[in-house]
Amino acid sequence: MAAVPFIFEVSSPGKRALRFPQPDVPTADPAELIPEEYLRSTPANLPEVSEVDVVRHFTQLSRLNHGVDVDFYPLGSCTMKYNPKVNEEAARLPGIAQTHPLQPAETVQGNLKLLHTMERWLCEITGMDRMTFQPAAGAHGELTGILIIRAYHESRGDTARRKVIVPDSAHGTNPATAAMAGCEVVTVKSAPDGSVDLEALRQVVGPDTAALMMTNPSTLGLFDPHVQEIAQIVHEAGGLVYYDGANMNAIMGYARPGDMGFDVVHLNLHKTFSTPHGGGGPGSGPVGVKEFLAPFLPVPTVEVKDGQYYFDWDRPQSIGKVTGFWGNFGVVARAFAYVLACGPELKQVSEYAVLNANYVMAHLRKYFDLPVDRYCMHECVLSAHTLKQETGVKTLDIAKALLDEGIHPPTIYFPLIVDEAMMIEPTETEDKATLDRFIQAMIRIYNEAKTDPEKVKGAPYKTAVGRLDEALAARRPNLRFTCDR
Amino acid sequence: MRYIPITAADKEAMLRDIGVSSTEELFAANIPADIRLNRPLNLPPAQTEMEILSTMRDLVRENADTQQYICFLGAGAYDHYIPAAVDAFVRRGEFLTAYTPYQPEISQGVLQVIYEYQSLVCELTGMDVANASMYDGASALAEAAHMALNQTRRRKVVVAASVHPNHRRVLRTYTHASGVEVVEAPLTECRTDLERLAALVTDEVAAVLVQTPNFLGFLEPVREIEKLAHARGALFITAVDPISLGLLEAPGQYGADIVVAEGQSLGSALSFGGPYLGILATRESFMRKMPGRLAGATVDNRGQRGVVLTLQAREQHIRREKATSNICTNQALNALAATVYLTMLGKEGLREVANLCLQKAHYAAKQIAALPGYRLAAQAPFFKEFTVLCPEPPAEINRRLLGKKILGGFDTSREYPELPNAMTIAVTEQRTREQIDALVAALGEVK
Repeated sequence: MAAVPFIFEVSSPGKRALRFPQPDVPTADPAELIPEEYLRSTPANLPEVSEVDVVRHFTQLSRLNHGVDVDFYPLGSCTMKYNPKVNEEAARLPGIAQTHPLQPAETVQGNLKLLHTMERWLCEITGMDRMTFQPAAGAHGELTGILIIRAYHESRGDTARRKVIVPDSAHGTNPATAAMAGCEVVTVKSAPDGSVDLEALRQVVGPDTAALMMTNPSTLGLFDPHVQEIAQIVHEAGGLVYYDGANMNAIMGYARPGDMGFDVVHLNLHKTFSTPHGGGGPGSGPVGVKEFLAPFLPVPTVEVKDGQYYFDWDRPQSIGKVTGFWGNFGVVARAFAYVLACGPELKQVSEYAVLNANYVMAHLRKYFDLPVDRYCMHECVLSAHTLKQETGVKTLDIAKALLDEGIHPPTIYFPLIVDEAMMIEPTETEDKATLDRFIQAMIRIYNEAKTDPEKVKGAPYKTAVGRLDEALAARRPNLRFTCDR
Repeated sequence: MRYIPITAADKEAMLRDIGVSSTEELFAANIPADIRLNRPLNLPPAQTEMEILSTMRDLVRENADTQQYICFLGAGAYDHYIPAAVDAFVRRGEFLTAYTPYQPEISQGVLQVIYEYQSLVCELTGMDVANASMYDGASALAEAAHMALNQTRRRKVVVAASVHPNHRRVLRTYTHASGVEVVEAPLTECRTDLERLAALVTDEVAAVLVQTPNFLGFLEPVREIEKLAHARGALFITAVDPISLGLLEAPGQYGADIVVAEGQSLGSALSFGGPYLGILATRESFMRKMPGRLAGATVDNRGQRGVVLTLQAREQHIRREKATSNICTNQALNALAATVYLTMLGKEGLREVANLCLQKAHYAAKQIAALPGYRLAAQAPFFKEFTVLCPEPPAEINRRLLGKKILGGFDTSREYPELPNAMTIAVTEQRTREQIDALVAALGEVK
């Protein structure tokens, strides 16, 4: 498949796609309505193309892209499960897609009820008491959660609590969030199995501890059995415990962060609750809290009185707003449709997610290193450490060779605590035949690494483009099209 | 469960391969018994596809949507026309169901879209570089302030009181935790008071943030504000309406250092407030301080052109606590919508839609200002939105308009008590003369 020209390169003066109706009101020269100094001196140089040009351009581009709809996508930590088509229909109902965020409450009772109901459902699933839908993504939820924790400490005059403890196995967003929330990051070493090292934790907690951020199951796909003790250590030191919900797909219906001792939780509706990732968003990162933190939630909250739903802005201890309106409502509506589809059977979602990950692990552990020999949860982490020593073929090469099989590679080189890591999350929406095809592809690549390592190092061969020069892209940034380039 | 395709026979074979007799063994090996949930989740029973749609239809049936009601509400979200081609591509599974493009060889579709989006934003704003998107206009403004604080190493920002109230709220939430002082520059005649602004912009100020057209609809004296900001070494950050840039000067031409925008108008549905699109663009010299993803063109090992995510050393997955922002997932699909939208409109179409908004808003303003008891809140230039002072509380008027299936303007006196009975009215290209006349007639029926 040949490269698709940039849309600017097919532009030709005078071509038009969309046309607007003629004005039906009396008109004046813009310069009579707006002083000259405010008017544009040269028009924006947008492409001039026909509708057929537009449609073919984006259709051709779409064919260069891999999605869950195309084939298997076991990208660890990202929960690339099937995104049901009915969710898309639901989100496009006029009552949802075509309502303005500032309409009077009496004209959007359905939307407010949807938010209120979804809040109750997600609280039931996580064991929390209240939830906000304002955060637009997981990292945004983290920021909201840490700001809530800071506001709580400040409300008690406990202003010295500025340190956020983050295990070295954590997602990069955790330390970045803590820094953005004006906190100091304390990195604590994980035990080799990815769990929190209790001794190391005891040594860093103290009167300056604001919170511990924790992912459970950890980024190694293993549930931390000491979670209650961890929460206790942090609580006794006066800090709070934050749950990164990236891996929630492992435990729904089996265990709840709220019952493990977590005070604040964020979920990723675009992971666990089947809303599409859209090539990098929009997501939705609702944050749940225990009752004692409810006063600090962003304004407004959704409340109900005498059967009437309304926004409550009168919350003086609130951290304020984190998003322009009420969050990514369209994404919440999709997740709502998903919870309707699953109901209490969400437990089976986690059951099969765990089954699939263990099935892949059981087969591939014969070929790749297994850093921790234990049944995994919804994802497994393998390492190409030995293969690399024997053949020179690295995890990156394996990932690129998978592209030729039509399969999206696992997350690679993460978590950082595992050398040559491959983090595989099949999700529950894949059948055995797909998993077998993936396993066979991995074995084929393994065998090829043994017999013809140079071939693997040269992969991919069948993709539209080969390995791209990322160093050049960073050294000589070309971030926009210009006509003279 | 309908989304689980494993048959009973498959399950048995898989358990055998794993070496366990049930999935329960896998969970027992991980989760301590005393924190297990020993009851079913208390959720309504699972529904079929037909039931899901009817449940949700029933739920939102009573909502007043903009298909049935004539919308004159704006205030940061606008009822613009979305070309049919936009949703056709937003719904394509290859775009819709992809993650962030970590594997560029099989993600050239999304990567090229982001690159083209960045290019279009640069053309629109007159800036050098744009990122792949932020969550929305509000968070883009807060991130721009964060950028300016890092760039100047100062600890204070001045924001015009005419910036969207919710965007100012988000700015305060973001900056509060880092102990940054946010000072509001007051208004005179619905625009930033230049004299009082000048007094606020001291040498400690990292940035001056203004919105133009401002929340009340009026154009800010950006050229004067630019001089004030730069004279004190502060950065000049403007929040703009992207549609207005079909007619109004590009911020790059009047010296903006960072430009942000709520990009909802560019092909994203109203959707009760989100998902929308945060636009952020800046000068080349601030490129490495930018938050978020950036796509850049390069070549592959076969000599072909291609696009990758680049300058990732700024980002959280590499820099962790030293990253320029914690943002990871952004609003790529809304950026795709904006890319298709701007491409469908092209150079002429953007000017056309901007002019339609301008003409219709001015027609509406003239009719309303001629009604007894109504007058424009200021004699200042405006684009597609304007504020009028009404003879009675806007909430009362809006209640009456609802009865005529009209969603009236925003009750601005709620946010600006100094403007009693003020209503901000938005008129997009979608409003017909007939609809505007209906609004004017209804407004005229003062009790």
